[in-house]
Amino acid sequence: MGVVHGDISGKGANAGFLIDSYKNMLLIRRVEEKIAELYSEREMRCPVHLSIGQEAVAVGVCMNLSKEDTVFSNHRAHSHYIAKGGDINRMLAELYGKAEGCSKGRGGSMHLIDLSANFIGATPIVGGTIPLTAGSALASKFQNKNNVSVAFFGDSAVEEGVFSETVNFSSLHKLNVLFICENNLYSVLTPLKDRQPQREIFKIAQGHDILACQADGNDVLKVCEAAKEALRHIKSGKGPVLIECMTYRWLEHCGPNDDVNLGYRTEEEVIEWKKKDPIKMLKEKMIKEKIIGNDLLEKIELEILDKVNNAVKFAKNSPFPEKESLSKHVYAE
Amino acid sequence: MRKITYGEAIREAIDQSMEDDPSVFVIGEGVPDIKSVFGTTKGLAEKYGNRVMDMPLSENGMSGVCIGAALMGMRPIMVHLRLDFLLLAFDQIVNNAAKWHYMFGGKANVPLVFRAIIGMGWGQGAQHSQNLQAIFAHIPGLKVVMPATPYDAKGLLISSIRDNNPVVFIEHRWLYNTWGHVPEELYAVPIGKAKMVSSGKDLTIVSTSYMTAETLKAINVLEKYGISAEVIDLRTLKPLDDTLIINSIKKTGKLLAIDSGYYTNGFAGEIITRVSEKAFEFLNAAPQRITLPDIPTPSTPALARYYYPRHINIIQKVCEMLGKPSNEVEKLLESERKKDPKHLDVPDESFSGPF
Repeated sequence: MGVVHGDISGKGANAGFLIDSYKNMLLIRRVEEKIAELYSEREMRCPVHLSIGQEAVAVGVCMNLSKEDTVFSNHRAHSHYIAKGGDINRMLAELYGKAEGCSKGRGGSMHLIDLSANFIGATPIVGGTIPLTAGSALASKFQNKNNVSVAFFGDSAVEEGVFSETVNFSSLHKLNVLFICENNLYSVLTPLKDRQPQREIFKIAQGHDILACQADGNDVLKVCEAAKEALRHIKSGKGPVLIECMTYRWLEHCGPNDDVNLGYRTEEEVIEWKKKDPIKMLKEKMIKEKIIGNDLLEKIELEILDKVNNAVKFAKNSPFPEKESLSKHVYAE
Repeated sequence: MRKITYGEAIREAIDQSMEDDPSVFVIGEGVPDIKSVFGTTKGLAEKYGNRVMDMPLSENGMSGVCIGAALMGMRPIMVHLRLDFLLLAFDQIVNNAAKWHYMFGGKANVPLVFRAIIGMGWGQGAQHSQNLQAIFAHIPGLKVVMPATPYDAKGLLISSIRDNNPVVFIEHRWLYNTWGHVPEELYAVPIGKAKMVSSGKDLTIVSTSYMTAETLKAINVLEKYGISAEVIDLRTLKPLDDTLIINSIKKTGKLLAIDSGYYTNGFAGEIITRVSEKAFEFLNAAPQRITLPDIPTPSTPALARYYYPRHINIIQKVCEMLGKPSNEVEKLLESERKKDPKHLDVPDESFSGPF
């Protein structure tokens, strides 16, 4: 749904690739801004965890994936879902609890799925989908497929036992897993320094004898290069890779607002990170390198605005699930 | 008619399912090793290679791995030597396996069998013999199966493997060496169907798994005393088939529910509730239950006699319910106690494991 997948050619990225990355990030940003704008209507009656500020991680990784590659995600899933090509109409309908939502209104924002894009599922138990990703890779091994399974998770997920359990098992069996840790420095209001010792997260993965590195998670090209290298490594049978992407969440943990008033992080810190806005940085780079002009920028904005408005319209017009459907899907046939 | 043990029936169900469907694989600590989970996975590694996997001691993570594999078209059988260890995987089983189909609007499903082995005796104590079936049966989206006979063990395991939902398949160690008729071919016993194992008119006994074996022992004695009990073996705890139970209560008017789990919030309580809701007017006595007490399992054999309910307790309870004169009942119990083996922490004196 409106997402463009490309490829980096050679070391430098070509113009088409940069523009596609920009479009994808902007689509995520505008969808989430729209959610934030409409949230006060109280019609989207579910928690929303917005990823504004973190778009480069999802896009940088997913630009390298093929449709066959599977993605699993967490509570902050909108960016991953959209970047993998998930249908935004159905995503918005899901947030509105509608029958045409991607989970038929049973999931809400925290349970997104689009199997046609191989977005296998997102859930909010921290770390909960990390082992499922390895399971997807194990299935590929049994089925003689060489696709890659990708897990998106935050910095606090590595504190959960399932993270280490999964990296250990994936390393042991050299599974095709790409672990993407979005390190946004906070778990709800608790800073990383109050939760983990002063060591980089990617080093935990190195302890399980897998390739792991850190990348600037606000630079889509850096994420992209790291992901491309990782996928080459994984597909050549050398085992899983972890990329720790350093990034920052602009808004509150859950909900549409700023949260500087809460005092757990400083306004200066937020301002500093906003200067590293992944979308603005890419836009400036493209303008500077004369890859894009105002006309095209405006055209992209309008196209995306159109998509977002249509998605909201689709969602609002979609019917609610019928009473009779309540007990459907407890068990599969 | 060929007779094999409960343990062999389980092995055969896995073997034939793996032969039948290449998406089936088995994983668990010790699955391919020499002891092969009390023999229930014996020879499978040689036959099926990497589809028979050992695993790291990561119950939660590995349950998640199995869920992920199930979502992508595999049919894993995950083995836990002790149900107690499965508690480490409670998050993945409850939050992911049980809910996935519903919370994603039926878009995907998790065909996955968790083999959980329970038991009693031989000093296994508080952390190696818990019978926690009621906890799993509480969770929407899970199926919970507890066969009592070799025939049902094979047929229900085959059904569980073929089922498109997560199934907690609970095996009692004291049943492993019991013998029974088991057809050689691949056959399915449907999940969610209870079985009448003995018909009678005086009262209805509902039991499951190993407690069905104790119940059958009890009704043999009761029969000689002129009491005719109807025995229903649940086989599946969830989804629960209560039709057979309700119909039986309409006939007998009395219910005794027997479970190897604990007293409070246990499965026996669920049976009593169902009957009270659906057949209250047919009851002519207060329903009763026999369960473990609300006490963790002590290790010493000295206390086993007072801890585990067995056929003697069933005889006593039934006689009480039917208002038999206490002096006669005491005589009956005394003659049964005389037959007691020296030790009650093993199924029989010849039993030397595996535990």
